[in-house]
Amino acid sequence: MHLYVVPLLFVMAGLVFYTVLGGADFGAGIWQLISGRGEAGDRVRQHAHESMAPVWEANHVWLIFVLTVTWTAYPTAFGSIASTLSIPLFIAAVGIILRGATYALRSGASTAAEARRIDTGFAISSLITPFALGTCIGALASRRVPVGNAAGALFSSWLNPTSIVIGVIAVLSSTYLAAVYLAADAARHEDAELARGFRVRALIAGALAGAAAAVGLLVIHSDAPALFSGLTSGGGLAALIVSFAAGLAALALVLTESFEPARYVAALTVAAVVAGWGLAQQPILLRNLTIRQAAAPYDTLVLVVVAVVAGGVILFPSLALLFRLFLGGRLGETAGGTAAQTNASPTDRRTPRPTLARAALAAFVAGLILVVFIDVEWGQVLGALLLVACVILGFVAVDPPSLAEREDA
Amino acid sequence: MGLSAATVISLAPTHQHYLLEARQMQALSFMVHIPLVCFGVAFPAMVVYTEWLYLRTGREVYRRLAQRWTKVMVALFAVGVITGTILSFEMGLLWPNFTATFGSVFGLGFAIEGFSFFTEAIFLGIYIYGWNRLSPRAHLLSAIPVVLAGFTGSMMVIAVNSWMNHPSGFRLHNGRAVDVHPLTALFGNSYLWPELLHMYVAGYIVAGFLVAAAYGVGRLRRGTWGRYERAAFAIPLTIAAIASPVQVVLGDWIAREVATTQPVKLAAMEGLYRTTRGADEHLLGWYTDRQVKYGIAIPRLLSLLAFHDPNATVKGLETVPARDRPPVNITRLSFQAMVGIGTLMALLGAYFLWFRWRRGRLPESRWFLAAVVACGPLSYIALVAGWITTEVGRQPWVVYNVMRTAQAVTNVPELPIGYGTLIVVYAGVGLSTLWVLRRLARAPMQSPPEAGAGTTRAAEAT
Ligand code: HDD
Ligand code: HEM
Ligand code: HEM
Repeated sequence: MHLYVVPLLFVMAGLVFYTVLGGADFGAGIWQLISGRGEAGDRVRQHAHESMAPVWEANHVWLIFVLTVTWTAYPTAFGSIASTLSIPLFIAAVGIILRGATYALRSGASTAAEARRIDTGFAISSLITPFALGTCIGALASRRVPVGNAAGALFSSWLNPTSIVIGVIAVLSSTYLAAVYLAADAARHEDAELARGFRVRALIAGALAGAAAAVGLLVIHSDAPALFSGLTSGGGLAALIVSFAAGLAALALVLTESFEPARYVAALTVAAVVAGWGLAQQPILLRNLTIRQAAAPYDTLVLVVVAVVAGGVILFPSLALLFRLFLGGRLGETAGGTAAQTNASPTDRRTPRPTLARAALAAFVAGLILVVFIDVEWGQVLGALLLVACVILGFVAVDPPSLAEREDA
Repeated sequence: MGLSAATVISLAPTHQHYLLEARQMQALSFMVHIPLVCFGVAFPAMVVYTEWLYLRTGREVYRRLAQRWTKVMVALFAVGVITGTILSFEMGLLWPNFTATFGSVFGLGFAIEGFSFFTEAIFLGIYIYGWNRLSPRAHLLSAIPVVLAGFTGSMMVIAVNSWMNHPSGFRLHNGRAVDVHPLTALFGNSYLWPELLHMYVAGYIVAGFLVAAAYGVGRLRRGTWGRYERAAFAIPLTIAAIASPVQVVLGDWIAREVATTQPVKLAAMEGLYRTTRGADEHLLGWYTDRQVKYGIAIPRLLSLLAFHDPNATVKGLETVPARDRPPVNITRLSFQAMVGIGTLMALLGAYFLWFRWRRGRLPESRWFLAAVVACGPLSYIALVAGWITTEVGRQPWVVYNVMRTAQAVTNVPELPIGYGTLIVVYAGVGLSTLWVLRRLARAPMQSPPEAGAGTTRAAEAT
């Protein structure tokens, strides 16, 4: 394998994670929109919110990952894509802002009515963001993005049959994934009624997503023949078959209420579609740009690969921990709190800690002299370290809790 | 191994009528993101410290405080994440040619930063939603990666910005970056350390003063407070008070770095037109007709400050043609605002430390409280002013002496529509955030059974 495709594999993997994790968060938002009024609706909304709250930020970072690796490893392609597709990307960005803002708002809501209103805003943004991002994928897949600063058509590049159908598929498959995950979460919390509700929703959304995919193939056949032939031969075809098989298996699992395995098989259904697109399109990145031409210089590629692998060593265990705690039902509502077993006795120190305070002052003076008057690098670095030490020592010396214990004079 | 074919054209030349709007969109987005970043940097440390106090002393006040702050942190973090995401989009939406040309040079910084964000988001999720579920020790420990990631995340962004100010690690060949060495570009830069530390310390100052100011307002309104409020006031205030004098020293460091590497920016910061031996420093005033009018001149101070020699020669704006000069008054007044505010805050911090040393308690006079309250917004102004100094002072370059901002910008027409939308959206975000913060401040915290349900002050009488 050539080095210049490795970062692209990372990008595609990131895209898969974003679709199956971040996508489902959007889907949960859509369910909040169409779960009806009244108490039953409120319960659905609450469930969707609680399932998403601890993980959505981590899921969202996959998008950042995709962007940053792309602009580092394939800068020309990134600049071309972002400028030609600026309108759908801007729409997606606005959707993301609304989504985060409504999420923050939710923590301030005190009545069900308020929560409902906020969730509506959340849901609308959950609808437009995957759609807009889907149209961008459609633009790339149908080769409507050329190299250059806004060189492609500003509207028809993303308002075309392929883009629209992929946008719709993105929305429906997010909704589908969310329903499966939420059913599994409800089953885990032994809430049979909610689980049953999401089972029905998963079946409906799954059928719709499958139908949209079938229509999509027809549309692509006439609108993007090159993509169609990629999808119906070689690796692209294999991926589609995997997706089809996984889709059927997931439906069967949902029907039999084996929600836990359904979660993974449903994700595979969607992941295989993303992979199929990648396989169908390679080695072309943009209309007139191959992956090889787009790649950054050698040193950069090596460093990106090293950075991603090293980052992955930290990332995956951390993610595993988060999902284990979360799926194991160990992460729940914020408030409350067990009283800790503490043994220490309350301190009540009114006098400052003179030695520490003097040390902090000394560190400040020494740091100042080194930073300001020693015009060599080591002096400044040492001085900066002393200043940092001064802040820490000073903080301990002031001992803010002792100030809090002291009554008003 | 495939060395990529370095023959592809960079994106086409630009013809953008709305460059100013593009710049303002960028500036607006930063002004929204940066204060939130300060909370992302400093708040986790304050919250863990408070939780640690609770574990050590067993006092309920600290648990309640840590939990209340956690809620605020959740809301601010969510807004920080989305505003940061907008900035990432803008790298392509506004400046595609910048990213297309130099992504291979600076992009690595953002790619590494991505992993910091992962760490931050994951462990923040665990910390926030693990209050009841993890053992106290595990819970406390889960916040440590958040604090560290706040530092590495800032470091990566600042590495990119310091590279823009002092570019290296590549060669230009036919308008393309070749001979690219990202590590040298990002981390082998003398500008990185002063800029990073200055920004990081600014984060603690801004978050510290803003939080202290919020409780200071309550004290001024109600006239009394209990242990809970005093702790909530003293912890952030202590941080800000110690960080402020340190910031002045770091500011001096970064200023001398600017003097050697970006002389034109220094000239704009000081309003110095002619290259001058033994240059004077001007306080206040307005730059017009190639000189500072109505200002207070201090003889030779500029030479002394910038080069430690009262007779040193300082380069003026005249050293470069007019089209290579940044706007002087914006740069200069922003710089003066930052330094002025920074000096006042350092004095206030020193007063607080002195008072604590001599009297052993919090200063509670009205003027002091009012001054702390004022420092909240003022610290934000200093922060933004500092960034305006850096970014506007670098104009017309986006990469200093290498690429003009006008070459970086997108060709998409109708930018003003996006700009208008962004203003409306950010206004909504700002209002929502304020609404949430007010709500969170008012909502009664669930009191633990042993303390009984009561007001904060009743619960505090242990
Ligand atoms: C609370 C905020 C704050 C305070 C009190 C100060 N600064 Fe600052 N300053 C910043 C926050 C800031 C910043 C975070 O906004 C900047 C922008 C770029 C950077 O790294 O830090 C900055 C940049 C910045 C620059 C420009 C660097 C460049 O152009 O690249 C200089 C010369 C100074 N500062 C100098 C000072 C001095 C002499 C201060 C002393 C009073 C001071 N700053 C206080
Ligand atoms: C890495 C950290 C960066 C920070 C913190 C930062 C911060 C800022 C701030 C605060 C402003 C406002 C200045 C004003 O009011 O005009 C600004 C302006 C600007 N920034 Fe940066 N910037 C950074 C990186 C970038 C990047 C990556 C670009 C990409 C091209 C960029 C390009 C600009 C431009 C063009 C302006 C407008 C300048 C003007 O209005 O004169 N900056 N930046
Ligand atoms: C002043 C310079 C900047 C600093 C110190 C900084 C630092 C941070 C920090 C600490 C966070 C964590 C979230 C939070 O605390 O709210 C954050 C969020 C973010 N920042 Fe910035 N940032 C700066 C400018 C930028 C720029 C120039 C970009 C992109 C071009 C950017 C992109 C992001 C993104 C994408 C996030 C969200 C990460 C997530 O999903 O968790 N930031 N930033």
